[in-house]
Amino acid sequence: MEGILNAVVLFSNFVLIPGMAYGSQLALGALGVTLIYSILRFANFAHGDLMAFGTMFVILITWWLQSIGVGIDPLPTALLALPFGMAAAIAISLLSDRFVYRFYRRNKSPAVIFVIVSIGVMFLMNGLVRVIIGPNDQEFGDGARFLIKVREFKEATGLNEGLALKLSQGLTIAVTFVVVIALFWFLQKSRTGKAMRAYSDNEDLALLSGVNPDKVVIVAWVIAGSLATIAGTLYGLDKSFKPFTYFQLLLPIFAAAIVGGIGHPVGAVVGGYVVAFSEVTVTYAYKKFLIYLVPESWEPESLVQLLSTEYKFAVSFVILVVVLLVRPTGIFKGKVL
Amino acid sequence: MSILLGENMVGGYGGADILQGCTVAVDVGEIAVIVGPNGAGKSTAMKAVFGMLNLREGRVVLDGKDITALSPQARVKEGMAFVPQTNNVFAGMTVEENLEMGAYLRTDDFRGTMEQIYDLFPILKEKRRQAAGELSGGQRQQVAFGRALMTEPRILMLDEPTAGVSPIVMDELFDRIIEVGRTGVAVLMVEQNAAQALEIADTGYVLVTGENRFTDTGAALLANPEVRRSFLGG
Repeated sequence: MEGILNAVVLFSNFVLIPGMAYGSQLALGALGVTLIYSILRFANFAHGDLMAFGTMFVILITWWLQSIGVGIDPLPTALLALPFGMAAAIAISLLSDRFVYRFYRRNKSPAVIFVIVSIGVMFLMNGLVRVIIGPNDQEFGDGARFLIKVREFKEATGLNEGLALKLSQGLTIAVTFVVVIALFWFLQKSRTGKAMRAYSDNEDLALLSGVNPDKVVIVAWVIAGSLATIAGTLYGLDKSFKPFTYFQLLLPIFAAAIVGGIGHPVGAVVGGYVVAFSEVTVTYAYKKFLIYLVPESWEPESLVQLLSTEYKFAVSFVILVVVLLVRPTGIFKGKVL
Repeated sequence: MSILLGENMVGGYGGADILQGCTVAVDVGEIAVIVGPNGAGKSTAMKAVFGMLNLREGRVVLDGKDITALSPQARVKEGMAFVPQTNNVFAGMTVEENLEMGAYLRTDDFRGTMEQIYDLFPILKEKRRQAAGELSGGQRQQVAFGRALMTEPRILMLDEPTAGVSPIVMDELFDRIIEVGRTGVAVLMVEQNAAQALEIADTGYVLVTGENRFTDTGAALLANPEVRRSFLGG
């Protein structure tokens, strides 16, 4: 019995909790991608760097707040700086729309041109971030480190294995929960949210009903910029901030949006967790986990790790390819790219 | 004096003119039907009246006011409503949300209008929580009518409302259209099923190659041997 409990705790500590936190971050990112896709009708490659851009502002404001001694201990100061980062991400999104995307929208350019244009915007944002804050890792987390500590957990339960829950992980899950509920309420119940769904569903009919397309586009960017910054900041607090890592996040985020069904918000959330848990479960070494469960004579000699962690991006790729081949509409029947 | 008049309309989609000076009009409480062979410009005439293509010549007059230069959205505000032939509902949204979107521009309380529409189309009340895309063709068409009626328009324009539905459903849709006309709404529609449509029409327009060939009451057109022979299949 104790063996099973130990195995469960071990699994929770190394797979369940990190997977939940990472999945939440991907879900927030994928929601932004899916929203822009359903309103502006293109896959926004600049989303990862938009996350980096917003997070960079959060970091700069956090450092400034720390330097003048403002904080909300035990919570990280970054939460105070979050609204400023969101404002910066919204501002650059709206500027890029006004000076770049709007031109192609008026010309009714095909989606593939939008995609290429968004790659250009991606390089621009990427460059801005590297010029302003540099390409290196940045530390900005402060406040308490853990909600549950390994040693305290062991003492309280008397088990061999300990469970740790980092504050950043707890925060990520809680914030995602609140943000997702707020977003779904907005899309389902509010007048503007319904107009956005209508515009995404049937653009011509929405125009006939009097929906203002410019307003819908602005609201979409405001939400995408906010979500990107929240996702980026939570990821940065949980792991670390490095511009290149955020660029790389684009792949699992796209995989998440497509697995769930692009253009479908519920799909983006589910997709986020599917991708995250796939990555974590195939790169986890199950040796210790199995030792607790199987008789001694069956103990594995290898690590029982399906893929080494260096290959975690391959997981997203494989999911992406399989979904596009087998079920291009994704789990929730979104649109086909 | 008609409430809506499209007069001597000439225009097309950029290339050659499809409309060669055709005139259509509808009065309050009246049903006007545009019929004619394929490619006669029936739907184009409808789109021209609603401002979805630019006219080179002619004008559109609503209640004595020239609205030729107004965008389709502005015409909705002036009391016109248009039901396109295809993609005329928000497939992913519920029936009730479709009706709400119809009333998007209204700032007053539109629950009364919604009740009226549910009375007119009882099936919609039953299916109000269902996604419009999951309904049958005839029910979907009723959602489209309902959405258009939410603005309490003076003129309802229908582009081939019975395209692709079974004969039984077609009869039911025509009954509904007559009921809408009785509420005081002017109905202007294009129909492929010419004989049935002329039966309910107060005024009928037979278009050929973008021009008016015959204009008369529905009954008179049905009785006209030339119209019968050329356009109604004997």
